[in-house]
Amino acid sequence: MKADAQKPARKSSPPSRTHIWLLRHLQVALASLGRLTRSPIGTLMTATVLGIAVSLPAGMWVMLDNVKQISGNWDGGASLSMFLKAEANEQQIDGLIDKLKLMPEIQQINYLTRDDALVEFQQFSGLGQALEILQENPLPAVLIITPTQQHSTPSQADLLLKKLKQEPLADMTQLDMEWVERFHAITEIAIRAVMVLASVLSLAVLLIIGNTIRLEIQNRHDEIEITKLVGATNSFIRRPFLYTGFWYGLLGGLIAWFLVTLSLWLLSGPIEKLTGLYQSQFRLDVLDLPTTMVVLLGSAFLGLAGARIAVGRHLRAIEPE
Amino acid sequence: MAFLTGHSGAGKSTLLKLIGLLEHATRGQVMVDGRNLGKVKSREIPYHRRKIGMIFQDHRLLHDRTVFDNVAMPLIVSGASRAETGRRVRAALDKVSLLNKEKAYPITLSGGEQQRVGIARAVVSKPPVVVADEPTGNLDPELSKEIMDLFSQFNQVGVTLLIATHDIDLVNQMNQRVLTLGSGQLIHDSVNLQGTF
Repeated sequence: MKADAQKPARKSSPPSRTHIWLLRHLQVALASLGRLTRSPIGTLMTATVLGIAVSLPAGMWVMLDNVKQISGNWDGGASLSMFLKAEANEQQIDGLIDKLKLMPEIQQINYLTRDDALVEFQQFSGLGQALEILQENPLPAVLIITPTQQHSTPSQADLLLKKLKQEPLADMTQLDMEWVERFHAITEIAIRAVMVLASVLSLAVLLIIGNTIRLEIQNRHDEIEITKLVGATNSFIRRPFLYTGFWYGLLGGLIAWFLVTLSLWLLSGPIEKLTGLYQSQFRLDVLDLPTTMVVLLGSAFLGLAGARIAVGRHLRAIEPE
Repeated sequence: MAFLTGHSGAGKSTLLKLIGLLEHATRGQVMVDGRNLGKVKSREIPYHRRKIGMIFQDHRLLHDRTVFDNVAMPLIVSGASRAETGRRVRAALDKVSLLNKEKAYPITLSGGEQQRVGIARAVVSKPPVVVADEPTGNLDPELSKEIMDLFSQFNQVGVTLLIATHDIDLVNQMNQRVLTLGSGQLIHDSVNLQGTF
């Protein structure tokens, strides 16, 4: 009877273990954050270093993404540029255009006269004044030829190119797709370079956080010793440091996000001007949500990992005497 | 309740450290509560320490925490709820007559008061065993007596205490079992009077 009477009382008095456990985690997380805010300058400096390290690969990634977006637009529309000989007159050119239009491979032809080319060049290249010095318009007339869909593949387009090169009026004919392909190869290299940079800088983040946590452990040497003395488990002692690492990482990620967004904003004006020159609909993409999540969570994870490494190495050294 | 005496270097502190697993025995066995401490895995050390309240000559308080927070540490590490922590900390502080100082920082307290905070921390989680290493080493005789009386009170409510001290006068006043160490050996064991060890 007695035991029965005691049992329910015991059960109801402590809230559930997991509840306490969660509450403790929340408390430790907030306490770690509180500690960081108590020395805001130091925290901000460390977090900014982390932010810069994270923002470099993140920023380059976004730029690459944008570049890929541009090249993506080119993919479908391989086009050929036929630069015409300077001595070609209007009649001859019209004749050529009519002839080309009859070719089944060709979908569309844009004719840019020498004057058109000059106007465009003067307007947008910034070399207009240099051109004024010249007696004559040095620019050739250009036919921009778009093949039909089934003749846009590299091999088909190449055949068309060979055909067009036979044209007596053509001074030089080139397939713009070659350039697209090269451009693709270049972006592949750039992506690889960003990956390498990201790995190296991740390592830097790990080391920075590891070092910060090491100093923090040294500063709290007495506290660690005494908590061990009163029976704290290793995971209990680790916890605040791990949360500190997590907060540093997250804060670094936020700063990286801010730096990238700011940089993109600063770049957006000039880029709009540039894309305007190409009559492109291109819009500079800011950090989208998935990338933002990767930056924030990745950074926080690196913080946690760096802290874990440092804590594992240095906590063992502290034993109460 | 027993006192541990002997010259400096006789092994008083070492024995207490062995009990709290601050040190491991290189030879022989240390049995606490029927358990051979040589067989306690390092993972289990924290749980063993929770059963041993430790008091030091230099108090070992955290000076950037309030008296309350210092005393609460053993409860926090063992995951007690907030309400229970508050209740037990105040009970412990009440026993050492420092209830009015719970919000003070240790640095603002006198040596005797700091030692009482240390004692409150050692007993707050109601460990079955409390060991004290020279708890009165830095205190004047009057304060020392107060501390010893406090220990006697704990002993009366069922706490086992082992107190290392070289203050023979004080030990003699207490009428308790005295173990004397010399060069690491037990050289004298006198069950003086109503020893309850």
